[in-house]
Amino acid sequence: MSARIIEVEGIGKRYWLHGRTRGYRTLRDTVSDVAGKPAQWARAMFGGAKNPARKEEKAHFWALKDVSFDVGHGEVVGIIGRNGAGKSTLLKVLSRITEPTTGIAKVYGRVGSLLEVGTGFHPELTGRENIFLNGSILGMRKAEIERKFDEIVAFAEIEKFIDEPVKRYSSGMYMRLAFSVAAHLEPEVLFIDEVLAVGDAAFQKKCLGKMGSISRTGRTVLFVSHNMSAVQSLCTRVVWLNRGQVHEFGDTRAVVSRYLQTAARSASEESWPDPENAPGNDKVRLKRVAVLPFDDRPITVETPFRIEIEFWNLLERATLNTAVEIFNHEEICVFSSFSRPQEMTPGSVTAVCHVPGELLNDALYRIKVFLVRDAREQLLIRDSVNFEVHDVEREVAYFGKWTGVVRPALRWTVDAQPDGIESQRQSVTVER
Amino acid sequence: MTTNVNAAAMTAPRAIIRPSRGWVSLRLGEFWEFRELLYFFVWREVKVRYKQTAIGAAWAIIQPLFTMLIFSLFFGRLAKVPSDGIPYPVFSLSGTVIWTFFANGLSQSASSLVDNSNLISKIYFPRLIIPVASVLSGLVDFAIGFMLLVVFMIGNGIHPTGRIIWLPAFVLLALASALGAGLWLSALNVEFRDVRYVVPFLVQLWMFATPVAYPSSLLHEPWRTVYALNPLAGAVEGFRWALVGTKYTPGSMFVVSAVMAAAALLSGAFYFRRMEKTFADLI
Repeated sequence: MSARIIEVEGIGKRYWLHGRTRGYRTLRDTVSDVAGKPAQWARAMFGGAKNPARKEEKAHFWALKDVSFDVGHGEVVGIIGRNGAGKSTLLKVLSRITEPTTGIAKVYGRVGSLLEVGTGFHPELTGRENIFLNGSILGMRKAEIERKFDEIVAFAEIEKFIDEPVKRYSSGMYMRLAFSVAAHLEPEVLFIDEVLAVGDAAFQKKCLGKMGSISRTGRTVLFVSHNMSAVQSLCTRVVWLNRGQVHEFGDTRAVVSRYLQTAARSASEESWPDPENAPGNDKVRLKRVAVLPFDDRPITVETPFRIEIEFWNLLERATLNTAVEIFNHEEICVFSSFSRPQEMTPGSVTAVCHVPGELLNDALYRIKVFLVRDAREQLLIRDSVNFEVHDVEREVAYFGKWTGVVRPALRWTVDAQPDGIESQRQSVTVER
Repeated sequence: MTTNVNAAAMTAPRAIIRPSRGWVSLRLGEFWEFRELLYFFVWREVKVRYKQTAIGAAWAIIQPLFTMLIFSLFFGRLAKVPSDGIPYPVFSLSGTVIWTFFANGLSQSASSLVDNSNLISKIYFPRLIIPVASVLSGLVDFAIGFMLLVVFMIGNGIHPTGRIIWLPAFVLLALASALGAGLWLSALNVEFRDVRYVVPFLVQLWMFATPVAYPSSLLHEPWRTVYALNPLAGAVEGFRWALVGTKYTPGSMFVVSAVMAAAALLSGAFYFRRMEKTFADLI
């Protein structure tokens, strides 16, 4: 246990946003960007070296930042975190698919990585041919594949169809074959990303069993998953990533339970760490929308809360403001609000709307986000997160649904003036 | 177990992962370690190429055959283009067979990285394997075309001479040129999808600039040697010279073309390796 097989020190991965948001560039973009200066054009073509003068203007984000941990020989370590916390990027860096921007990692052993099952499967090739192709892509030797061939086929339960092209397979058969090849990898270090999410329940159980037996053979495994019960049953230690950084690293039981608590609290959040897939356009891109309680307790009709909107501004000197509309479950707009327009340069922007307590009724709400230029041009409109405002224990003896779109705490003054007529009427009522 | 652990701890790391800067080594040793994967990629390309086509590998015959027929009709018969003393159909077919090998290798390797983007973003292996496999898989089509050429030579009573021992060198020259250009274009294609439009156009222009349908003997020295700056000029002329036996032995052309092909291959490989670190992020 003590010998380290993976050492990760200060690994960071930065992505540039400028011009890369549309997936890829055309030569014309590059040519116009650098205004025809040959030196800059060459620099763009050869990548790597960035022009320091332009560097400041470009928006970037760190998918991973200063990540350090180590894994001992034969350990099974889980990597958990919300969507976009950097889990997959970390596995990509460690499996050498992409280079880190900073830091160093050392791996003392033959690595097999499974970021997806069925990588390189070709639909036109038969099951048999794909086993060889996929096995080889995953790093198995031909002799090794030949030796394990029967076992792979038997595990996938596709004996009868082995010489059919996989395009004629059902998706279940395809997944079973793909997982089966992967499960027969025997590297010293194995990186796995969410592969358990395949097939029906019975096959998933079989996969979990296989994973368990892999970990018992002294293999070192790094395992990314959202499935906390799988993490708890397989992993000895857990790395909890949050926004690209190690939030906590330690004993599985403790870390997972704290992770689950946090996840329950901050469920009203939507984030897009990868600007390429984020909603938006070449002017603005949304990064995160979250509804956060005032303290760690759930939002109630009495407590204030805040709406946080983060986005990337890709525009030079634009006057922008952020607006929200809050809809209730009946699609009634309860209120709308906007921030003061401000001039901004490219970069990340966080706008926070503070909503007081004792305003909303208990219900499920939905937020619609607007990013606006010059107080009139709507650059982005997006229906985003839902959040719930909970009821509180009431002092009055009425437990039915509180009516009304809003539930403001209004001040009442009650002036009761007893007189004869009133008491007479009361007595009449009583008589009746 | 304990001994195992200590052994693992004491050996040097198998992989050190850190940012690289600028020009980097080709890491040919690692390329060699992955030779089985190269074999499987070539095998896949060959297997898949003519799947679900009606006439399959016959396409590898039809393409050079019809090109040769059109050339023979318009250039040989009507324009009376000279053919260095050998029958024009054999002359143009020999040029077409080696040219087609080059042109297919170039186009397929140029798009190879983008075609395999799912692999690049999910699995590590030396990326050089992908364009190399694309070019090598063309050797099968080349062999089929070569058979057709042999049939035509026999039909025209042409027998190869001892020069045939040089033949592999000229095939290698065409291969190196295709790979050199393919490495440049495939790496550029990752970031600039313009390459997709450049390639067909480039191949077309390049063919006119190559002695496929006409002999390079139309040019006089020193221009003929200058012409060989196009490495395919040397490859096509050499291929013909070694197999069919044209009159001249344009030795200086061969040297110039070989140097150019080597330069294209080396610069392509280094450029490719330099850009490799960005492939997974950009593709």
